[in-house]
Amino acid sequence: MTAVLDAAGGASAPAEVFEAAVAADERIEPRDWMPDAYRATLVRQMAQHAHSEIIGMQPEANWITRAPSLRRKAILMAKVQDEAGHGLYLYSAAETLGTSREELLDKLHAGRQRYSSIFNYPTLTWADVGAIGWLVDGAAITNQVPLCRCSYGPYARAMVRICKEESFHQRQGYELLLALSRGTEAQHAMAQDAVDRWWWPSLMMFGPPDSESSHSDQSMAWKIKRHSNDELRQRFVDICVPQAESLGLTLPDPDLRWNEQRGHYDFGPIDWDEFREVLRGNGPCNEERISQRRRAHEEGAWVREAAAAYAAKHREADA
Amino acid sequence: MSSTDWPLWEVFVRSRRGLSHTHAGSLHAPDAEMALRNARDLYTRRAEGVSIWVVPSTAVTASSPDEKDPFFESAADKPYRHPTFYEIPEGVRHL
Ligand SMILES: [Fe+2]
Ligand SMILES: [Fe+2]
Repeated sequence: MTAVLDAAGGASAPAEVFEAAVAADERIEPRDWMPDAYRATLVRQMAQHAHSEIIGMQPEANWITRAPSLRRKAILMAKVQDEAGHGLYLYSAAETLGTSREELLDKLHAGRQRYSSIFNYPTLTWADVGAIGWLVDGAAITNQVPLCRCSYGPYARAMVRICKEESFHQRQGYELLLALSRGTEAQHAMAQDAVDRWWWPSLMMFGPPDSESSHSDQSMAWKIKRHSNDELRQRFVDICVPQAESLGLTLPDPDLRWNEQRGHYDFGPIDWDEFREVLRGNGPCNEERISQRRRAHEEGAWVREAAAAYAAKHREADA
Repeated sequence: MSSTDWPLWEVFVRSRRGLSHTHAGSLHAPDAEMALRNARDLYTRRAEGVSIWVVPSTAVTASSPDEKDPFFESAADKPYRHPTFYEIPEGVRHL
């Protein structure tokens, strides 16, 4: 096999080994031969995923100082800290493909790599923390559970850890909304307003419709992706409708109804123009999110330098 | 000095006493002490461990790039190393 790998440039054998491993549902590991396009697709997807985790800390961190109780504050801090952890798992998984965390962060800061468009919406009230946990983390879980079986080993393993932690995120959000929904009239209205604002952007998290999704087919063939965008979106809608009923809240879609024949809920058209506008940088918070991220990075520079200088000093002392 | 100068560390976590340390993942840190602290925050936020090892990634020597190579082949044709290789008459117990 070593000979095969040495010949990686020209021979067809390594490609066959790769194809066979993917077909047999085996995992591809960092030092295996893989097509350049497979590597590039994974780096792009994992970077975008990692960036989403750390940018996603911002809208919720906005409410930490104003959480209504110590219990809620501790929960919210733990959740935001988890998201930082998710970012780190994913950056180190991406690094196994030959890129570096620093390079990925530079690209994020320069606007050359994306993060999920959902985080360009503002968190206007405390109820938004609940709606994010229930709907945004809920949509993320629906997307991420199949990624635990992704063909690239380090990505799949990172997703297993992440999915375990996400379920608390979703449940705390649901519980928060339930408390508001069963509270005073004003609290109930606040919960309903948050769900009204977050529902459609959450559905957009699954990406463009299958008819327009540019990367889907190849990713499915490589088993990076296991289900199409529309399939996952439908799964999410089907899960949410009864959950909304139990909350005593409605979902802002007059076309939402059970379709006996399909065995699924039908739902109304998604405003893809809004989605594209937000992707293009014209969402309510794009500017704020990225400048806050850059500022955090720059203001942390002295800490990184001090830690490195301290380590260097001790290396010298030990030598 | 930038963060690229922070070396990569492999993290091993013992989930409870009596079990061995298992690879949990990797992280960047300027030195071993910070690597341990970061590993605690990153890999044991839910009491997943009672002990952590951190090892510089550069200190790991790996068998070979391809994990299915002839290095391991000699074990494949020695089924007699497994107890199931042997036929024992019916009724013989505690063997
Ligand atoms: Fe997350
Ligand atoms: Fe989350």
